[in-house]
Amino acid sequence: MLKFILKRILISVPVLIGVALVLFVLLNVVPGDPVTLMMGEHIKPNLIAMFRERMHLDDPVLIRFGRYILNALRGDFGVSYKDQREVSDLIAMAFPHTVKLTFYAVLVSWMIGIPSGIAAAVKQNTFIDRAFMGFSLMGVSLPVFWAGLLAQYVFAYKLAWLPTTGYYSFRYYIMPSVVLGWSSAGTVARLTRSNLLESLRNDFIRTARAKGLSESAVVVGHALKNALIPVVTVMALQVANLLGGAVMTESVFGIPGLGRIAVKAIADRDMPMLQGTVLFTTAIVIAGNLAADIVYAFLDPRISVEAG
Amino acid sequence: MLEIERLCTHFFTSRGVAPAVDNVTITIPPKSIVGVVGESGCGKSVTALSVLRLVSSPGRIVSGSIRLDGEELLTKSGPAMRAIRGDRISMIFQEPMTSLNPVYTVGRQVSEAITLHTNAARGEARGRTVEMFRAVGIPEPERRFKSYPHQLSGGLRQRVMIAMAMACRPEVLIADEPTTALDVTTEAQILHLMKELETAFGTSIMLITHNLGLVAEMCDYVYVMYAGRIMEQADVFELFDNALHPYTTGLLGAIPRPGGERRRLFNIEGMVPSLLDLPKGCRFSPRCGRAISRCHEEEPELRGVCRGHAVRCFLYKNESGAAR
Repeated sequence: MLKFILKRILISVPVLIGVALVLFVLLNVVPGDPVTLMMGEHIKPNLIAMFRERMHLDDPVLIRFGRYILNALRGDFGVSYKDQREVSDLIAMAFPHTVKLTFYAVLVSWMIGIPSGIAAAVKQNTFIDRAFMGFSLMGVSLPVFWAGLLAQYVFAYKLAWLPTTGYYSFRYYIMPSVVLGWSSAGTVARLTRSNLLESLRNDFIRTARAKGLSESAVVVGHALKNALIPVVTVMALQVANLLGGAVMTESVFGIPGLGRIAVKAIADRDMPMLQGTVLFTTAIVIAGNLAADIVYAFLDPRISVEAG
Repeated sequence: MLEIERLCTHFFTSRGVAPAVDNVTITIPPKSIVGVVGESGCGKSVTALSVLRLVSSPGRIVSGSIRLDGEELLTKSGPAMRAIRGDRISMIFQEPMTSLNPVYTVGRQVSEAITLHTNAARGEARGRTVEMFRAVGIPEPERRFKSYPHQLSGGLRQRVMIAMAMACRPEVLIADEPTTALDVTTEAQILHLMKELETAFGTSIMLITHNLGLVAEMCDYVYVMYAGRIMEQADVFELFDNALHPYTTGLLGAIPRPGGERRRLFNIEGMVPSLLDLPKGCRFSPRCGRAISRCHEEEPELRGVCRGHAVRCFLYKNESGAAR
């Protein structure tokens, strides 16, 4: 097991470097001079040259990339062009907000998704099935920003139950988490339903029934564990989606998380900032996938043998 | 004693009603092995699942009676029926590869049956499972308790299935093609084991198979099924010495015999009819080499020809013996 985990971590290193390289090249192709961005349009040309020199902007791209990677390995992602602060500090400030939001959203999506998937599968082709699936389909189809605005209109403006924007207490996180969680709850519910239905068609389900187990013991005890193994994997991939969704949700609800600083970095063409956030997000997605594989191996006894 | 009387299990599909089991009467006396023989799709497995009331939709038991020691099973409530499954009647299936849950240890799956039907504590159930594993000839039973199904061979998995089925000492064991998926040597061992358990525990066995060789070796009494109907039933010796129904003789002719003169193996022409589109008259008539015009018009009754031997065919008359 430990060998398996170490192997997976080692594999993810080249992935990260690859992502960093692509990013670096792309961001360097984009027009615009960092110095003008920092200092404004009307700066003297000799000053521009001085700053370019100081920031090593005239070195060949590969050398700059190598320097960037070496610094990044030490946790130094450079200095934001705009704020003149360490990128790593800014990420460290934003990240907890995103973690909080994503965590609540995952909770919401599991708590809505898995039970409705089970209910829909057990009551296949009935009104309950259709109602749950319709509700979850709505979550998948509604864009987060639109659902977010709608929720703000109804619950904050009309009913005044919850605050519109901000990040000061748990109450502020309720609406964004539900909106974000709902978007992935649909996927979880549909996946749970189809996997459970498939799982219930297995021969071992007949064995469990022939043993004399009750229907609920058959579903929960024998079918569900098999059905949830693929759901767990997809859930970890959903972390990537949720982070993506968090970008929009954070913007709508005014939460200063990773998504917000990434969007701001794009608007400001703040290269080190953008590079730092994207690279960091990539690392989280990779970590999420690794976690999924570990949980998978833990749930499915056949996996560890195959990984050998 | 298990009595299945005039059982009808039909499948209500969008294309019509398929009478998978049609007026089937089978009796399984105590301490005996009864064979149910027929080609794939003749209704053997559905009969077996009907006994446990595990026929899944769109199939439904339409009429008939199934009695275990005189107790009617078809009117029992859900919980009362569950208390019988795995305890008084249990079943083993054709596919040992897929009949065990891959995510639990085999020990846990067997002891689950014990804790469910007895008030044995976990530890006691574990002990009884290991004992059961030993009884069905699983080597190193303590170690195997913790094995997952994928770590065991097909033969061992079928032994686990048998251990699970026998764990509560059932009165009746239904074995649905228990050795079809196994190789020949393993098959012999499993059959030997089942026969042993029958003697040791006094469990009756309903053996469902398409293999007449297996029937000859194991069974006391045989039912031959075709397209949802019993075509012939007899004592095992009587059936092999004096098979009457053209379908039965066809099945017997399809077995290669060593030593005898070399001749072409007989095969029954055509295919099993679709249950949605059954032929008029005798269900076997379109494939029957000896069919007379009457066979295509009306369906014969199942009639006794001599003691314990009945056949559904116009070629034979009552009790008086064969009128060939």
